[in-house]
Amino acid sequence: MGVRQRVEIIKVLYRDASILILDEPTAVLTPQEADELFHILESLRQQGVSIIFISHKLREVLELADRVTVIRRGRVVGETKTADASQAQLAEMMVGRQVSLSVTKGEATPGEPVLQIRDLQVLDDRLQVAVDGVSLDVRAGEVLGVAGVQGNGQTELVAAITGLREVKGGKVLINGKDVTNASPRAITEAGSAHVPEDRQEDGLVLSFSIADNLVLNTYYLPPYAHGLSMHDEVIRKRAVELVKEFDIRTPSAMVPVGNLSGGNQQKVIVAREFSRPIRLLIANQPTRGLDVGSIEFIHKRLIEKRDDGVAVFLVSAELDEIMGLSDRIAVMFKGKITAVVDAQKVSKEQVGLMMAGSTLEEALTQAPGPQESAPEIIT
Amino acid sequence: MTATATSFSPDSYAGRRERRKAIAYGVFFLLVAAMILWFFAAHSEGGIISTMKLNPTTKAKIIKVPDLKLPTLTTMIVLGLLTALIGFYQIIRGFKNVYLWLGIVASMFVFAFLVWATRGRSINLLGILTFAVAAASPIAFGALSGVMCERSGVINIAIEGIMLAAAMMAVVVASMTDSQWLGLVAAILTGGLMGWFLAILSIRFMVDQIIGGVALNIFALGITSFISQRFLQPIPDLNSGGVFKKIPIPGLSQIPIIGPVFFNHTPIIYILFILVIAIHFMMWYTKWGLRTRAVGEHPRAADTLGINVFLVRYVNVIVGGMIAGIGGAYFTIGSVGRFDENITAGKGFIGLAAMIFGKWTAVGGFLASLLFGFSDALQAKLQILGKAQVPIPSEWLLVIPYVVTMIVLAGVVGRTVPPAADGQPYEKQ
Amino acid sequence: MTEKDTSQLPPSDGKGTESLAEDFRSNAVRDAVLLPILSVFTGLFIGAIIIIITDNTVITAWRHVFDDPLAAIAATWTSISVAYGALISGSLGIVEIWHGIQAMMQGQGSAELGVAMIPLAESMTQSVPYIFAGLAVALGFQGGLFNIGGEGQLLVGGLSSVWVGYAVTGLPWFIHLPLALLAGIIGAGIWGAIPGILKAYTGGHEVINTIMMNWIIISLSAWLLKVGGPMSREKLPITPEVLPTAQIPQMFSTQGNRFHWGFFLALAVAAFVWWLLYKTTLGFEIRMLGANPKAARYSGIHVRRLYVIVMTVSGALAGLAGSVQTLAVDHWVGLGFSGGLGFDAIALALLGKSHPLGVVLAAILFGTLRNGATRMQSVARIPIDIITIVQALVIVFIAAPAIIRWIFRLRTGGEAAAPIFTKGWGS
Repeated sequence: MGVRQRVEIIKVLYRDASILILDEPTAVLTPQEADELFHILESLRQQGVSIIFISHKLREVLELADRVTVIRRGRVVGETKTADASQAQLAEMMVGRQVSLSVTKGEATPGEPVLQIRDLQVLDDRLQVAVDGVSLDVRAGEVLGVAGVQGNGQTELVAAITGLREVKGGKVLINGKDVTNASPRAITEAGSAHVPEDRQEDGLVLSFSIADNLVLNTYYLPPYAHGLSMHDEVIRKRAVELVKEFDIRTPSAMVPVGNLSGGNQQKVIVAREFSRPIRLLIANQPTRGLDVGSIEFIHKRLIEKRDDGVAVFLVSAELDEIMGLSDRIAVMFKGKITAVVDAQKVSKEQVGLMMAGSTLEEALTQAPGPQESAPEIIT
Repeated sequence: MTATATSFSPDSYAGRRERRKAIAYGVFFLLVAAMILWFFAAHSEGGIISTMKLNPTTKAKIIKVPDLKLPTLTTMIVLGLLTALIGFYQIIRGFKNVYLWLGIVASMFVFAFLVWATRGRSINLLGILTFAVAAASPIAFGALSGVMCERSGVINIAIEGIMLAAAMMAVVVASMTDSQWLGLVAAILTGGLMGWFLAILSIRFMVDQIIGGVALNIFALGITSFISQRFLQPIPDLNSGGVFKKIPIPGLSQIPIIGPVFFNHTPIIYILFILVIAIHFMMWYTKWGLRTRAVGEHPRAADTLGINVFLVRYVNVIVGGMIAGIGGAYFTIGSVGRFDENITAGKGFIGLAAMIFGKWTAVGGFLASLLFGFSDALQAKLQILGKAQVPIPSEWLLVIPYVVTMIVLAGVVGRTVPPAADGQPYEKQ
Repeated sequence: MTEKDTSQLPPSDGKGTESLAEDFRSNAVRDAVLLPILSVFTGLFIGAIIIIITDNTVITAWRHVFDDPLAAIAATWTSISVAYGALISGSLGIVEIWHGIQAMMQGQGSAELGVAMIPLAESMTQSVPYIFAGLAVALGFQGGLFNIGGEGQLLVGGLSSVWVGYAVTGLPWFIHLPLALLAGIIGAGIWGAIPGILKAYTGGHEVINTIMMNWIIISLSAWLLKVGGPMSREKLPITPEVLPTAQIPQMFSTQGNRFHWGFFLALAVAAFVWWLLYKTTLGFEIRMLGANPKAARYSGIHVRRLYVIVMTVSGALAGLAGSVQTLAVDHWVGLGFSGGLGFDAIALALLGKSHPLGVVLAAILFGTLRNGATRMQSVARIPIDIITIVQALVIVFIAAPAIIRWIFRLRTGGEAAAPIFTKGWGS
């Protein structure tokens, strides 16, 4: 289990706490580590400690809790015993309508590699090696998912590919064109789209209107602008179209994005990035913190893009999301890619072990595979 | 360290960057050496002596030391060659602590300049140093005030204004009561009050701390000028508070050189020494210091551990204001005894720069202030030496502290890392 | 940022202006109009209190309040009415203008009106440098930069323009005047660009650096202007007079009326800044940089270059304040020329919400106040610095709208995002 999590819990126990509140404690844990945490919590429960466990992962809630309270927009919308509840039921309570929890997608038809990463070296803010010799290919018409516990270099990897962080060594190619250390604009113009990890920090200007945010990285191109002069009318018209197409719930396209809910904010980014002609889509934590309904919407759109022949590079700390969407999975641990495997042929437990540092061979032997079939190694 | 294009080891990358930087410093040292040789040595004649007096001009009880008599040309050549040597070593091998050597080279350059400027004359080096300590004190108070506030996460750009207001209150109260000590108390209270204003604005109202600080500066400038014109000018008795007497510390003040430089001053400067040590000790060795730093680095974490973030910030900013208040008192009852409009002349801002230079520590800020104070003193002295000795307009030298501040801020002299939550208002979730 | 519940709303065609948008807009409009007005009002009110409590006659009268309460109240009223009366008549002179118009209607010619117009014209004249300097700070705010260097930049602008104005001879006015203005723009632009470059490439905070740049040029100008210095007259510590060919002409021939064409130049520049900010890609980039620098980087903007551009343009605008003031009104530069204008500009930009139109209005307001305060100083012996105090208060109230809301019991509404500059010093 994550050392810092453990320290935090010990700190609380040391003070003889009788109530333990955990807010999304598993975000930085592998599935195995999460299991370990659950064991500890279980024994604490038996010692008489009250535990409030806040999570958006339905599986965890059902596994751990005795009683569940569902909160939507600051209001309690339902209460139930876990024994009587199912994931679908809880999801329905959370969203207010029926949702499909699993993504339905057809077979991928991968084409030429669009994004090629070779021996990539990137440092983090403290000048430590964050990405250590990563090589990956993402082909047209496939989703490559990067699985890994938060903080294993995924953030730096994406930042380096998108031109937001200096590449210290190695190469990045998009459509065969060398874009190593190119400017973010050059990389965008090379046909890539980027759904950033932190939408409010990087992806949006909250005080700008929806319309302005929809042209955040294309504002200088015709038809939105010619030379210095910008064309507000064109931008507004386009925004009205996109608001409709991407089902952004807002009274007007001129409302500041900061006034929208998180899900609708993300839809603004998705609308902006998906509506351009692109060949590569880099999505980093595209559904973090969103309600189940928005997650469903974004997943659907991602798969649509894949089927249109876009190369999708998906980074997520949600293992379920990676398992559900990816055609191939690259597991990242401590800045390195442990293995790249066919998503159909590994089990969640096996990926989980690799996220915790096991090698591919160890993971395959120590955890059961999907339907007990042996996975084959792709790269 | 050699690195080929195919090697992606970050060691080698970092190494390459370090290497480039090291060479840049070496080249800079060589340039300094060239300046000493080309400019100073070439304009010195053989056989001429520069005299550095090391005894106070007053008849203080002190063990006398002989004056330093240096042959100008020889000194220039020796200093120039030494600097060149350091430069070459830096390029070829590289020093481990290049900033230390940067300091040494800078000191040698300044010393060379001083010796050259006094060629054929004599200068009271001790006087310069003594004045440097005095001139450094308001800057140092500003730096200490900044350390107090910013370690707890509140940027205090209002130090300038706090000092200005306190300077005026000090002289007014001292004039009315005939007691500089009461004037000092008034300055401290004024500083505390201004600090409290800043705290309310930045903590309670979450005003952008720089805008809040600027508003306080403008307010202080306005109110002091207003009161000055309305009361101090028509009633001169209100603006003659006298000056603290110098109190030589028995024993310590008799040590040659160090004694007169550090231990023959007004009480305000002794308060500074005590504060530097006290704040250093408290910041790093007491519960209060730990809390302050926790609040400045990660207020949310501090809050979860039961520290009252708001209380810590209020207390620190108010105490910081009080310290700046003492610094304000220096301008009036600590040196000239009267108040003039905008008497602080940007010293509060230089204090902030000293704090940054000193890496947000009390001792570092104090040492940086001494540097700024020295450049002040040097400029005043060179002005007296006259144009024939120093063919540079003295106003140019006035610019030095400001330029040095900008260079420091640019991070040329080592990267400085502010407290992580510096400037960010804290809001309960 | 408050998240409003929009998920419950029906899908929209994007055109509708339903309650949410209207609510937001009306709140924003109210905040943009009402808060500044109340801030200025409160500032002036507190200024009045300061005037009263520092007035000896008032204090004496209140000491004897139990003997003669009416006298105390009368003294208070007299003190404040004399002061603010002088302020108003010295800055507007409405009554005199009315008399002048009447005189003209009665066929007595326009001479009286001409004289009566002087206070108002002088108020407009004084607002010219305010407009430029306020625009300079406002542009910086829009780009997320806090330019406190207006003081130094306008000094550089004034010095450069004046130098071209007196040292370059033999040019016709239509070359000489633009050249002099251009010199000010370039000089101040460079002076502003230096902190911009330092900010972009070393991370040195522009607030301290611009203040240092102020002190540097103040020290250097002491050398330039001292008797015997490179730019001084033979026996006076001021520059020679600008040649007539480089002067901005005044519009009226009435003695003492200094109103000049620079006022319209200022309005034109304000319109230009508005166009730049809201109608061009560069303005879009600047506003994006100010609102969210990380998003600006994400969107592909060359952030460092933009920092330098913003500071350069901001410096040039501040420089124009100095250039126009010297070329139109003063015709020379002396020590202490900038006189706190750079700091006043901060209040203007905040008061005008960093919008060019707001800045122009705020500048005219403060130009009027300054002008009136001069009369107030001579009539009521109240130091002109009272205006500085009012400005500081206005900054506080604008920056902390909660105070004004509390005083006037306003309901909280859609808070416009305030510019944020405090991001530490070093990096």
